[in-house]
Amino acid sequence: MSRAEAALHPPHAPAAAAVAAKGLLRAHRWLLLRRTSQFAALALFLAGPLAGIWIVKGNLASSLTLEVLPLSDPYAVLQGLAAGHLMAASALTGAAIMAVFYAIAGGRAYCAWVCPVNVVTDTAAWLRRRLGLRPDISLPRATRQWLLGATLALAAATGAIVWEWVNPVSMLHRGLIFGFGLAWAVVLAVFVLDLLVSARAWCGHLCPMGAFYALLGSGALLRVSARSSSRCDDCLDCYRACPEPQVIQPALKGLASPVIGSAACTNCGRCIDVCSQDVFRFAIRFDQRRD
Amino acid sequence: MAARRQILQGMAGAAGCAALAGLGLGLYAQQTRALPVRALRPPGAQPEEKFLGACLRCGLCVRACPYKTLRLAELGDGVVSGTPWFTARRIPCEMCPDIPCVKACPSGALEPSLQDIDRARMGLAVIVDQENCLNYQGLRCDVCYRVCPLIGKAITLELRHNERTGKHAMFIPTVNSNHCTGCGKCERACVLEEAAIKVLPLKQAKGELGRHYRLGWKEKEKAGRALGPEALEFPIRRPEQR
Repeated sequence: MSRAEAALHPPHAPAAAAVAAKGLLRAHRWLLLRRTSQFAALALFLAGPLAGIWIVKGNLASSLTLEVLPLSDPYAVLQGLAAGHLMAASALTGAAIMAVFYAIAGGRAYCAWVCPVNVVTDTAAWLRRRLGLRPDISLPRATRQWLLGATLALAAATGAIVWEWVNPVSMLHRGLIFGFGLAWAVVLAVFVLDLLVSARAWCGHLCPMGAFYALLGSGALLRVSARSSSRCDDCLDCYRACPEPQVIQPALKGLASPVIGSAACTNCGRCIDVCSQDVFRFAIRFDQRRD
Repeated sequence: MAARRQILQGMAGAAGCAALAGLGLGLYAQQTRALPVRALRPPGAQPEEKFLGACLRCGLCVRACPYKTLRLAELGDGVVSGTPWFTARRIPCEMCPDIPCVKACPSGALEPSLQDIDRARMGLAVIVDQENCLNYQGLRCDVCYRVCPLIGKAITLELRHNERTGKHAMFIPTVNSNHCTGCGKCERACVLEEAAIKVLPLKQAKGELGRHYRLGWKEKEKAGRALGPEALEFPIRRPEQR
């Protein structure tokens, strides 16, 4: 890469080259759609308590839409089952609907498109890049799987849904809708952890909820494909922007499938945005085409 | 080899982190087991240990409550965060006959088998301060008795002689646990600065007989006859004559 090219790809601004090549809007297309989705999801829940428009009641743990459609977080329901409580039909139905949806749309699409903590940790990651903070303590990414196991084991051992007492994800969402108490401190802790202690620590390494949804979506139909990998100019922008950069390599540089197969991929589409060469696109899992 | 060592190290680290977090959580869980005295659960709530394994913390019961009695616990309230509760002195349960909160519960943490609100047991009213209760002073306040939705059943007024005046009666408010639902309307209405009648969670309000303990007269009633000889004959022992 020449010096002029390198200047186009500053480490703190992975979208710079894409903005130059495709324009501001197209270089942020999926990011904008994602933020819209996240805030729309939140707005639906907030419209009731704030404006009296009751489309959705409850919170992400369990909700009722238009007084008919029950939706429940399958992870919360699973913890209840592990604790030894046979959930009532409404929660089971709601959890089944969500499970089927995310099994198809990509489990961690929940993380990227719905979860409110994603906004917090994305902000921390952005600030980290801006301030040029180097990664320091590195946690093993498998910690979240172990934590997932631990939360379920703990529920079974105590007979209580223990994880939900501290889960920052449900705390933030619940806090916004029903009132925070001191829960903002837990959310702040996640932000500080991601900003100052370890890069992408929460969503990328610790969150057992993310690990659960990854497991749920390990056979997901909707995936990102590096179909045009031949156009790749090795600028590394996608690696810098990606919250789970380890998932890109096999699809982009490997000889096998161009589809990002790792369940850790959140389907956020940021790699599609920041690639000035348009290497990536959303595709079906079985689509093996490369051009 | 180096790669394998790295993987093993990573796994050990991850497992260590998870174990540590689990331990911390477990200790926290132990600590927050019991419900604080001022906190009451919605009607139909399972016993506290079971409730904490069933409630999804979604707040649908809160939304269903027409009187805004229920709220979700926030971190720092002393009640497990996200679970529904109410304080009787603030807003008591109005005992809706259709029990919308129970109907709204998706998980069954509020038992759908509760069909009759009079059978709810959210807690138990207790006269915690006889020294300040006006009726115990021989006055006719009677407010707790009057506001009780199960008037004459859950709270009755028991007649007693007023020793102080020597010629008046006292009407002592008395809670009957087989009728009291723990709705908290008595506590809400108590005219004192600090209520003399309070609704406590059942665990705090009730004593419990040892499981081995048997009351002779009840056993007799059950069996239809005395379990031992009616009157025991004891040998008479006198001090020995010297």
